[in-house]
Amino acid sequence: MVSFLNYAIRILPDMLSGAWITVQLSVVCISIGIFFGMILGVGRVYSSKFIYWIVTAYVEFLRGTPCLLQLFFIYYGLGDMGILLKPILAAGIALGINTSVYQAEYFRGAIQSIKPGQMVAARSMGLSKWKAVRYVILPQALRLVIPSSSNEIIYMFKYTSVAFAVGVPELLAQADLTGAMNFRYFESYVVAAILYTIMVFIVAKIMSTIEKKVYIPGLQLAQ
Amino acid sequence: MPTILEVKHLTKKFDDNEVLKDVSFELKKGETLAVIGSSGSGKSTLLRCLNHLSPPDSGQILLEGVNINVPEIDINSIRADMGFVFQDFNLFTHLNILENVMFGPLRVRGMSRKESRTIALAEIERVGLGDKLNFYPAQLSGGQQQRISIARALALRPKLILFDEPTSALDPELTGEVLSVMAALANDGMTAIVVTHEMGFARSVADKAIFIDKGLILEQGEPNSMFTAPKNERTKLFLSNFVGME
Repeated sequence: MVSFLNYAIRILPDMLSGAWITVQLSVVCISIGIFFGMILGVGRVYSSKFIYWIVTAYVEFLRGTPCLLQLFFIYYGLGDMGILLKPILAAGIALGINTSVYQAEYFRGAIQSIKPGQMVAARSMGLSKWKAVRYVILPQALRLVIPSSSNEIIYMFKYTSVAFAVGVPELLAQADLTGAMNFRYFESYVVAAILYTIMVFIVAKIMSTIEKKVYIPGLQLAQ
Repeated sequence: MPTILEVKHLTKKFDDNEVLKDVSFELKKGETLAVIGSSGSGKSTLLRCLNHLSPPDSGQILLEGVNINVPEIDINSIRADMGFVFQDFNLFTHLNILENVMFGPLRVRGMSRKESRTIALAEIERVGLGDKLNFYPAQLSGGQQQRISIARALALRPKLILFDEPTSALDPELTGEVLSVMAALANDGMTAIVVTHEMGFARSVADKAIFIDKGLILEQGEPNSMFTAPKNERTKLFLSNFVGME
């Protein structure tokens, strides 16, 4: 136990730098995911048939392929075509696009759970459809989407570990590296697992705090 | 008083179902028009046709002399001039009472926050709910929500207001407060079209009444004489259902 603690303290700086990369990568891909997820979700509910089919095809295609394939495609595939991205950028884009299609589905669900009367009331006052989306639908959808969106965010936070595969020095990569250098994989992975757990716990707390902060009486998903 | 709204030969079909057949009437500034008739007669569709929530198939709608039932009309600016009050209120769930009433001036008319707030406060005061500014719609009773939705419509400074069965979703003990707000508006000279089952209101407040049956106006005129001596057999039959309810 003492030997484990000594080892853990010794590798901690490396592990924390990996954890910091994990946090940065998560912020980037989760932001991309929420932003595009919102646009795709709105597109799937409110746009013309044509856009609807494009968005639907895009969503289905990305849901139907593994995340690791998407990451390799962007890093190695595009690299072959002469578009060379830094590993962390490639990972941010690939994971961001990947999570956006799941966020899109949550946004679609949230938008569709809003009573049609809200849109009708906004239109009856003389608001254009897009202004009604902007001022009435999105403020409600953004609140309604938080619980399901939080799950995806937490999932994505952990899933950034696949960036290891293209050489991003995030937490899992650091665990692997320190494990290999010291021939102590077991302890390294345990330290990584503890750090992931702590971070995910904090993320979950942040999400539930936001959910409480923006709560409005009468605005929740139908039970 | 000048004519504010003139409707000529309005028709509307849903698939093969003719909901409105050749509806014509006119309304002068400051008048309150009650539209009565049984459920499914086309009353609500008529209101929704007027502001194109449900676009009519043919006919003319002249708002201050300008036909708005033409494709090139900017329907959004027309809608802002015709307030609409829904049966189930449809207040914006995510906005508090003040923000709900500010919404029209701020987001539709493009006024500043300060101007919008001044207008909203006055309208909320007018419907007697100045103490509820920070409440959310879900925290109010149905009657209070409907009064706020009237204030929301008024804050747009519309030329007329369309009321679509404004008391039908309310418990009987809450209809009174809404009807008295509407009666006060009528007294203040607001032009309104009210689709209603409240015969007492139609009779005592409205300047004019229309009886619609199966998409046709069967009778129109001064409410008192229509209620005491209906000319049409169907009007007579319809009104007889309400005898003793007042």
